[in-house]
Amino acid sequence: MMDQLRTGSQSRRAAVLAGVLAALSVVLLVLALGVGSTGFESVLRIADDPLAAQIVRDIRAPRSLGAWFAGGLLGLAGAVAQGLFRNPLADPYLLGSASGAALGVALALAVAGSTPMAAEWLVRLGLTSAAFAGAVGAVLLTLALARGVQHTLRLLLAGVVVGVVLGALGQLVLMLRPEVMLAMQAFSLGTTSFVGWTSCWLMGSVCLLCLLVAGAQAHVLDGLSLGEATAVSLGLPLARVRALLVTVLALATGTAVAQTGLIAFVGLAAPHLVRSLVKTTHGYLILLSGLMGALLLLAADTLARWLIAPQELPVGVLTAVLGGAYLLFLMHRRSPSRGGL
Amino acid sequence: MRAGLAPAAGHIDALVAASLRVRLGDNEVLHGVTLRIAQGCWTTIVGPNGAGKSTLLKALAGLLPCQGEVALLGRSLGDVRGRIRAQQIAWLGQGEGGGDDLTVWDVAMLGRLPHRAWLAAPSAQDDQAVETALRATQAWDWRARSLGQLSGGERQRVLLARALAVQAQVLLMDEPLANLDPPHQADWLQLVRALVAQGRTVVSVLHEVSMALQSDMLVVLDRGEVRHHGASSHPDTHAALLAVFDQRLRIVALHGQWVALPATPAQLHV
Repeated sequence: MMDQLRTGSQSRRAAVLAGVLAALSVVLLVLALGVGSTGFESVLRIADDPLAAQIVRDIRAPRSLGAWFAGGLLGLAGAVAQGLFRNPLADPYLLGSASGAALGVALALAVAGSTPMAAEWLVRLGLTSAAFAGAVGAVLLTLALARGVQHTLRLLLAGVVVGVVLGALGQLVLMLRPEVMLAMQAFSLGTTSFVGWTSCWLMGSVCLLCLLVAGAQAHVLDGLSLGEATAVSLGLPLARVRALLVTVLALATGTAVAQTGLIAFVGLAAPHLVRSLVKTTHGYLILLSGLMGALLLLAADTLARWLIAPQELPVGVLTAVLGGAYLLFLMHRRSPSRGGL
Repeated sequence: MRAGLAPAAGHIDALVAASLRVRLGDNEVLHGVTLRIAQGCWTTIVGPNGAGKSTLLKALAGLLPCQGEVALLGRSLGDVRGRIRAQQIAWLGQGEGGGDDLTVWDVAMLGRLPHRAWLAAPSAQDDQAVETALRATQAWDWRARSLGQLSGGERQRVLLARALAVQAQVLLMDEPLANLDPPHQADWLQLVRALVAQGRTVVSVLHEVSMALQSDMLVVLDRGEVRHHGASSHPDTHAALLAVFDQRLRIVALHGQWVALPATPAQLHV
């Protein structure tokens, strides 16, 4: 009864949306198992053909699930970033994690240099660690330059500076060692083709951890949306929560970037898509943005594998094109009186 | 310093400021404000633009770093834990943007955060407080709409409901009448009088002098200093008002109320 009196319709919508996104994810995951260079037959022959079973179980399954988790990480990070910075254009990479990760990978590639193909998995592991270290290092550098997390404008500006400077350094490394350029390209465009079960579990656990931590602080983001003074007047511990949420941002983007490279727009677009469907508090928004990001990246990844099969597109290219188109659509759909985005 | 905060015999003031100094950037905005705001009455801070009215209100709410002391209900603000303070003081800021994606209900429910345990769902008491607050500002019908869909005046009424939902002993409001049409200004007036009748303390910042004259007490602030603090109907208070506004208004009695009118150039030269 009381539930109907308050915003029952909106929270019910949020719950329904969560259910729909989860159901779509399951459908798409099953579909994604059938997409790849050997086609859908591999799924049908899974029982009697060990090679087909291996393709589905060890290649398609982990990379599909990996795409889902990476998208989830980026989506929830986007919702946290937009809430924390009170800015709908905030992107989860805005504390410099993307260019930090890119620099880390460029350095690792330059050092590894002419490693024979046999050691590819070793290099891969090295690259993942380098990307993660680069991303987290860049966020720490941003925090140091902004002298803490309490001044959000300073934090944003420091993030821009770190992004530009580290990006330039990364380009410099590439210029000095042009032979790593091709490998670097794969990272910059984002790809899920290297995601194995280990990465899957790692991203899954980080995703769950970030959701729990961010979800537990969601009410602070609600209070913060009315302004810093109001949030403080409500007795909310802004300082502690900012530190926690910046950690969530660094961890989520660092993990996603390390496993799948730079995937554009998922973190920015997922929360916007959710908000265009339902008006709700940050508790739901963070969860739904995670689910939405997961679904978006899985869909983009499946599409990337299917569009020009048996070849595949880098998924980052698809998310950039689709995400850019969607943002433009959103910008033009909003009435001019509300000032667009 | 503490001596200035000691309650006067028998009763405790709602808010006491002693030698309050606030710097914003390189500017000192408040130059040692000392003030006692009595419980159970409506006090309005008035003064010219840039006098430091909003800054004073923020400092009283403990939202700004400041020198000097502020005491809330007899206890130094620094000694009161954030959560307890949030239960005792409700704050309504000026022209606050944001929150566009929250529903009206969710916004008002934010006012219950100081009373709710961490991660606890709202209790029936919280629901009741939010409903009462939303009905008091006639915002109840929009409870399922998002804040971004409302007009400026409607939005202000929802934010007012958010502050009311705290059910705090002391209510601080910065320009609460912004964007409100005359009927809703009258409603707000009634609401404040009802709160005061219940023994609550209301402190508001108003730029409209006629509205300010409706309150019980006036604090006349100019260039970061208190020029006068007295009953709004008292002639001394009116004189202080005329002084800080360069004699460019007239205060007249009309149907038993004091009203401020702009002074015409002809009157200025008499």
